[in-house]
Amino acid sequence: MDAAHAHTHDHGHDDHGHKPSGIMRWVKSTNHKDIGTMYLWFSFTMFMVGGVMAMIIRAELFQPGLQIVRPDFFNSMTTYHGLIMVFGAIMPAFVGFANWLIPMQIGAPDMAFPRMNNLSFWLLPPAAMLLIAAQFMPGGGAGVGWTMYAPLSTQAGPAMDLTIFAVHILGISSIMGSINIITTILNMRAPGMSLMKMPLFCWTWLITAYLLVAVMPVLAGAVTMTLTDRHFGTHFFNAAGGGDPVLYQHIFWFFGHPEVYIIAIPAFGVVSQVIPAFSRKPLFGYASMVYATASIAILSFMVWAHHMYTAGMPVEAQLYFMYATALIAVPTGVKVFNWVATMWKGSLTFETPMLFSLGFLFLFTLGGFTGLVLSITPVDVQLHDTYYVVAHFHYVMVAGALFSAFAGIYFWLPKWTGRMYNETLGKWHFWLSLIFFNVTFFVQHFLGLAGMPRRIPDYALQFAEFNAISSIGAFGFGLSQLLFLYIVIKCITSGDKAPDKPWEGADSLEWTHLPTPAPWHSFETPPVIK
Amino acid sequence: MSIKGIKRWAAAGALFFWSFAAWAEYKLNLQTPHTLLGEKIYDLHSIITAICFVVFVGVFGFMFYAVFKHRKSVGHKAAQFHENTAVEVAWTLIPFVILIAMAVPATGTLITMRDTSEPDLTIKATGYQWKWGYDYLKGEGEGISFYSTLSTPRAQIEGSDVAGRNANPNYLLETDNHVVVPVGKKIRILTTAADVIHAWYVPALAVKQDAIPGFIRDTWFKAEKAGIYRGQCAELCGKDHGFMPIVVEVMEPAQYTAWVATQQVKVAAAKVDPNKTWALDELKAHGEKVYAQNCVACHQATGMGVPGAFPALAGSKVVNGPKADQIKLLLNGKQATAMAAFKHLSDADLAGVITFTRNNWSNKTGDAVAPAEIKAARN
Repeated sequence: MDAAHAHTHDHGHDDHGHKPSGIMRWVKSTNHKDIGTMYLWFSFTMFMVGGVMAMIIRAELFQPGLQIVRPDFFNSMTTYHGLIMVFGAIMPAFVGFANWLIPMQIGAPDMAFPRMNNLSFWLLPPAAMLLIAAQFMPGGGAGVGWTMYAPLSTQAGPAMDLTIFAVHILGISSIMGSINIITTILNMRAPGMSLMKMPLFCWTWLITAYLLVAVMPVLAGAVTMTLTDRHFGTHFFNAAGGGDPVLYQHIFWFFGHPEVYIIAIPAFGVVSQVIPAFSRKPLFGYASMVYATASIAILSFMVWAHHMYTAGMPVEAQLYFMYATALIAVPTGVKVFNWVATMWKGSLTFETPMLFSLGFLFLFTLGGFTGLVLSITPVDVQLHDTYYVVAHFHYVMVAGALFSAFAGIYFWLPKWTGRMYNETLGKWHFWLSLIFFNVTFFVQHFLGLAGMPRRIPDYALQFAEFNAISSIGAFGFGLSQLLFLYIVIKCITSGDKAPDKPWEGADSLEWTHLPTPAPWHSFETPPVIK
Repeated sequence: MSIKGIKRWAAAGALFFWSFAAWAEYKLNLQTPHTLLGEKIYDLHSIITAICFVVFVGVFGFMFYAVFKHRKSVGHKAAQFHENTAVEVAWTLIPFVILIAMAVPATGTLITMRDTSEPDLTIKATGYQWKWGYDYLKGEGEGISFYSTLSTPRAQIEGSDVAGRNANPNYLLETDNHVVVPVGKKIRILTTAADVIHAWYVPALAVKQDAIPGFIRDTWFKAEKAGIYRGQCAELCGKDHGFMPIVVEVMEPAQYTAWVATQQVKVAAAKVDPNKTWALDELKAHGEKVYAQNCVACHQATGMGVPGAFPALAGSKVVNGPKADQIKLLLNGKQATAMAAFKHLSDADLAGVITFTRNNWSNKTGDAVAPAEIKAARN
């Protein structure tokens, strides 16, 4: 019996050590590192697809008049640009980070449910294909906006059904991924790795995963109600049948506002690893960072109707949502102050990951401040559904989440690939992205203040100059991302060999306890944390 | 601080605010408000932006100080402190206090903004895909009712008349009928919609309110100065969302009274005798106008629709089928499609447009649908 057991164990162990080759290594993968890699490449592919849509939008808006696309196609572009960037690019990117890093940072051998991990990833490509296939349905893509407001969504063509189905699949994938992350963090930490000793990145993902489990079903509910309104004679959102179109908005934003933090909080986590590393100084206020992140997550459930100030609600409700929304500035401020205090009296160097983190800090805070301006109801009523809002959320989503993802890629690329990226090119990528980002989006604040509504394919002449500037910036930003692809491929194929710990100040387990590149299986025996 | 220091600061401050004023000409700020509430909102926005700006400069002053002074390349050695409860408490409480300071004026403005009581004139604005309908419900001008459609020529939009576009200061911001209101009177706008959600947005009058099908919302403004104020639909409402502007014309009271009189004459002239018998050609000619106002955006002037999105009427089974089915479809719309209900149109309008579609393009049914048939079908 004992011998048989030993035999099976050995056999199993051999299987683990043997890396399957070819395409089946990826299709059947249960390895957290391979799955993380697939998430990241999937995310970059979607980033390119969503980016092409953004280029089409900006090309049409380069000049007044309709030049390139028809209005319904333009609406479809704004819709799928949003959906693909949020659900296809940004969210999977951070799940990719989670897969790669959480097991290594807590000293676990893999994720808790490796097979479910495989399924979580492989649900994404079919969902992406549905979103892309929607473009080719009769009548074209559904031009309903990424918010898919009813009753516009109930009168859209068959592309809407594909979109709803895609959202369902993405939601299932997210929920499974989140359960995996929660279970891994709560059960698989190495002995001595208490929750309050975890790297902040793990904390941010633990909180994010709870947010996902809480709100993805709500989104699924909203789109399912849209589906039954469309095909099965229900009237959830149809006033003529006793329903209420605004109900959709309440449900959607109950998901939608936490969603903002589902994207932002892992970004906070990445930046909280990078800034201390390049400041050569521990993160300032670790405990207060954890509490601030949790506070932001809890508050995010209580502020959804600030997206609906013009939809009509009692003045008391508007007052409440205004106060609650402004309150989010407090924990967010704490985080910004902590990051600056981490740098204070450090010994700073400015490699590409640090540059992207500083870009994040500066521009995310700017986006936070415009968010504060928007939280003030009477001001928001002027700015709601204008380009000011477009500028605001691109500061948070692009300069916030995307820049932080870039910081994370440059930071961990040596550990993942065993090779260094080209530092000079990395810095070029940063400065080009920073400049073109601001050229694209800073001027959109002025467009919004002057009263240009969002989601319009053509505009009055007084908006022409800023739109032209914004389009030029967007093309520059888009092209700069090809440089990023080149840097990553060059790093993988011919980068210099990276040392085990290329960053002097990095102190989490993947740097201190593992060789570079990280072996296919790490921490099969847990490390001892003092 | 020395006198010289104070002077220097004052000069810097003046320069700072002057630069704001100079920007305003380049449309870097909210539109110049023309209501008292709008001015309040404008000031509120300025104050909050200024506070944010000061805090931003302060925080990033620290960051850039560290970036330049605490860098390894100038030989700075890292300190190892990483906690300070007093500092944490301070930077939690101070922002809280600043927020309360912002909330006080915001609360006052919000309460004023939402007080739609005791209006002098109440107008209902109904959003349609893609135009606005206005009904003067109460106050001087009661009973006036019209549609307001984009009047920018398609040639300017689609690029065959670029010179015309460039010479048009109100490109995309002009309509055939203006919403006319008297100056200095409280105007309450009720918003609703017939199909999907729209939003009634006029920046200079500081109003934006969603127009929701099946529900009524309200907002108000009191213009301080006569003039023409332009806005747009602000909520994505489908294909021509960018092409349904709002033009509000504020008139001196005497002028307004004169406008009301001319409108009422028009209303009386347009009133059709319900017992009038129409000839087929008469109905068709009337229907063509109705079609151009209500149907052409989707079904197109050719009656061919847009393949995949909007069905063709030429050769359509419904249009060439029994009259009763087509009447029913126009009165009730078709759920889960872009075909809205058109029961808000008059019997004569519906009879006209149905007759027109049944006897135009390749359709040759020879049917004339009388207004009485529509009236019967309504019940």
